[in-house]
Amino acid sequence: MSNSTQIGTEQMNTDQDNIVIRINQMHKWYGQFHVLKDINLDVTRGEKIVICGPSGSGKSTMIRCINRLEEHQKGDIIVDGTELTNDLKNIEAVRREVGMVFQHFNLFPHLTVLENCTLAPIWVRKTPRLEAEEIAMQYLERVKIPDQANKFPGQLSGGQQQRVAIARSLCMKPRIMLFDEPTSALDPEMIKEVLDVMIELASEGITMLCVTHEMGFAKTVADRVIFMDGGEIIEENVPQEFFDNPQHERTKLFLSQILNH
Amino acid sequence: MSETTLSQPQRNIVSRLWNDKETRSIIIQIIAFAAIFALFFYMVRNAVINLEAIGKDISFDFLWQPASYDISQSLVEYTSRSSHFTAMIVGIINTLLIAVFGILLSTVLGFLLGVLRLSKNWVTNKLAYVYIEYTRNVPVLLHILLIHGLIVHALPLPKNAINVSDAAFLTNRGFFLPSPEIQPLFWFVLALFVMGIIFSIWFRSYAKRVQDETGKYYPVFWISLSAIMGFPLIMYFLLGSPIDWQIPELKGFNYKGGMVIRPEFIALWIALSCYTAAFIGEIVRSGITAVSWGQTEAASALGVSRGRTLSLVVIPQALRIIIPPLTSQYLNITKNSSLAIAIGYMDIVATIGGISLNQTGREMECMTIVLLLYLTFSLLISAFMNWYNKRIKLTER
Amino acid sequence: MEKNNLSATGSTMKPDYVIGEHPDLPPPSNTIGPIAWIRDNLLSSPANIVMTILSIFFLYKILPPSLDWMFFDAAFVGEDRNACRAVADGACWAFISERFKLFTYGFYPIENRWRVDLSFVLLVIAVIPILFDKTPFRKYGLWFAMVFPFIAGWLLVGGFGLDPVPTEKFGGFMLTLVVGITGIAFSLPLGILLALGRQSNLPIIKVFCVSFIEFIRGVPLITLLFVASTMLSYFLPPGTNFDLLLRVLIMVTLFSAGYMAEVIRGGLQAIPKGQFEASDAMGLKYWPSMRLIVLPQALKISIPGIVNTFIGLYKDTTLVIIIGLLDPLGIGRASLSDTKWTGLSNEVYLFVALFFFVSCFAMSRYSLYLENKLQTEHRR
Repeated sequence: MSNSTQIGTEQMNTDQDNIVIRINQMHKWYGQFHVLKDINLDVTRGEKIVICGPSGSGKSTMIRCINRLEEHQKGDIIVDGTELTNDLKNIEAVRREVGMVFQHFNLFPHLTVLENCTLAPIWVRKTPRLEAEEIAMQYLERVKIPDQANKFPGQLSGGQQQRVAIARSLCMKPRIMLFDEPTSALDPEMIKEVLDVMIELASEGITMLCVTHEMGFAKTVADRVIFMDGGEIIEENVPQEFFDNPQHERTKLFLSQILNH
Repeated sequence: MSETTLSQPQRNIVSRLWNDKETRSIIIQIIAFAAIFALFFYMVRNAVINLEAIGKDISFDFLWQPASYDISQSLVEYTSRSSHFTAMIVGIINTLLIAVFGILLSTVLGFLLGVLRLSKNWVTNKLAYVYIEYTRNVPVLLHILLIHGLIVHALPLPKNAINVSDAAFLTNRGFFLPSPEIQPLFWFVLALFVMGIIFSIWFRSYAKRVQDETGKYYPVFWISLSAIMGFPLIMYFLLGSPIDWQIPELKGFNYKGGMVIRPEFIALWIALSCYTAAFIGEIVRSGITAVSWGQTEAASALGVSRGRTLSLVVIPQALRIIIPPLTSQYLNITKNSSLAIAIGYMDIVATIGGISLNQTGREMECMTIVLLLYLTFSLLISAFMNWYNKRIKLTER
Repeated sequence: MEKNNLSATGSTMKPDYVIGEHPDLPPPSNTIGPIAWIRDNLLSSPANIVMTILSIFFLYKILPPSLDWMFFDAAFVGEDRNACRAVADGACWAFISERFKLFTYGFYPIENRWRVDLSFVLLVIAVIPILFDKTPFRKYGLWFAMVFPFIAGWLLVGGFGLDPVPTEKFGGFMLTLVVGITGIAFSLPLGILLALGRQSNLPIIKVFCVSFIEFIRGVPLITLLFVASTMLSYFLPPGTNFDLLLRVLIMVTLFSAGYMAEVIRGGLQAIPKGQFEASDAMGLKYWPSMRLIVLPQALKISIPGIVNTFIGLYKDTTLVIIIGLLDPLGIGRASLSDTKWTGLSNEVYLFVALFFFVSCFAMSRYSLYLENKLQTEHRR
């Protein structure tokens, strides 16, 4: 294990500035079920990647591997120079730098919006409370809900909750943001307000990996679109090419289904 | 942050071991295991030293020595010359007896209370409420003592016994009931009863088949009831009541003949049943109200009658909610029966854990037996509960 | 009359109000008022009428005689049992009033009883901030509540400047409170640890917690108390003489911790997986994540269960009489052997029952109040 760490570190030294996530020949199984098959993916700094694919294709599992909410069994994942192994220090380090937004928001219902946002800065980054609250208010302003700071999550609409969840991740000042289907639990009229926040965020140069079915978002924001099916990456390309000229049969089928309904 | 990563290979070995997820979990577990084992070892060592100091050993031989104490209620042959082991068996039987009877009565009372609590009738509803609140909020030991006191103090001496139609006599020495003596002809009635049960089982599936094929349905419940209870009962009287009842008679200061139920048993039985019934009543009520009102409305909207809505829609769903806490109440009744010792009913705790323990001075052995016995009961009941929960889950699919 | 006719005929032609401005009308008079209430709640169907009659008959049979016995025919003062009998046929409460101090303090030395009173006052002060979240200075109150058991222990047992009082002198309601509150105060943290252990993914810790919990829940409390009184001393180093009350307290605490653990486990299981994931994704470690995210939610959900466990524990304190401690029930039974007062067991039992009823009923009401509060909080 330490051997591969060594190699990973050396490689990082050569193109450390460019590549922030390197997934190399990664496999994952749920029991007998092979969910992720030979995933190879390099993400450069500031890159916006949209991952799409039919349900059950392993796209959520893949991005959950990046902050080790799921363990992979084979291959390496190196995030910002840190290889993900069983080493708890490394896991903590990666999680400090990687923000994640969930499909079902996962806000803490017993804490106010502001407390949700300050919790991690205070307890993980050891930021003083006042400073943490200041930062939190900044980000809440950026997602345009500073006036809800003292309400509880249950009092907000779905769209507002998701924006709080985004602000909560941003408060840790992450270098990488993972979005796991952030809009699929929302009503149509709320999707836009969340996407707007995400688009604005993208323009600021943060690295983003986003699992979503919002093809409009992919077209405007993504540097690269990845299509997954059956646990493997079928195709990856720049959005223009991806949508206009898909290479693979399965991609074509998927796109025709998702764009024609 | 990249700096920390680069320095990672240089971190010392302890820190690396401690920060590896798997090794850390192994280290914590080894420490925990060592601590528990050390405590255990320490206690056993103390026990060995202490026992040696007073010259005791651990031995279960005492079980075969004569117990030399009397037990007032026993379903198996027992005299004061029987062994401690027999005394223990008597204790086990008495515990099971009170548990089984308690479970039966408390279930009946509990379901009745639950239904009364749901009654639209204001007076009935509030009466049930007052009963449940009073019973639940007073310790069960107090109920037992209170009812025992009432029986012993309020009921008359045998010579002034409360006479129930010249057959049963209620006194403070116990309830004297006629005991049955079975005549040969009675077996005929019994056979009819068994045939009734077999018929009902067959009839159920037959009626279902007919209903599946033609849509016609029979009043299965009433037909089964008359097959099981009705015909045997008619036959019983036609054959001229082939059971002789031996009626207890007052001889000297007490009744002789018939059968007697001891006041301790009655007090314990009534108190435990009434106490547990209050809890069961609440379980039943919340189980039924937990089935959403929408279910009932949907069934009525489909034109299903009120009775069938209950039996086909509400009760099957409510039972799934009711059964698990109900089982734990049954477990509670079994465990609470150990309070028998307070009024001198001879159950497990009072025999092997009480008098036997005091007579032989074998605390370790006796308490171990008692604990193991109760654990066995509990595990059996939990095993049943797990089995039942699994079965429910299967039918859900 | 004429006006009536007019409006009657008028109404068939056009309504009395402008369309869109229909005034609120009262409901038909036969659907409101006490008569309608009685009809709906007592006499709505033949079965309902039968129930009402049966219930009222039952009340008529039970209520007047018991009231007579308890109040109207009861004697409240008197020298002894015969004095009571001479005055009235009912209950002889004189017995209770004469022995009231004994019922309260047990055999606690008279000159030191102020320490019991003081502990009780402190108890009230400690409990109020726990119960009501709008108490002023609640934070300090909670700190005080945490140290209260130790202060009370010092006050009651003595030492460090106070006269020591042997625990055999403890008795009556005071003993009930001591056993109950110690059990409550120490079983909650222990129960939380056991519940976390049972949910842990470290197999050895899990196995240990599961077997401990299942053992505790599988045997009756009375057997554990017997273990405490007969065989626990064998497992202690030779020569240690452990106070019986302390042994009982340990057993009662362990016992209710087992039940508490199961209640809290239910709460832990009710927390959505997303909460654990979100706190992991933030980089929170195990203990902060438990303390800040998981436990506040889990404990809140399990409050009704926790209070029920407390009530159970409080009622179970009566069992200590079986191993010879003198709680109110024990005092009462001991007093019955006094020839002056023999045969008054009903009075004693009812009096003690009243005490338990009042405290347990209050606790269960409080749990209901919390449950309602919780539900409205979830709705907001």
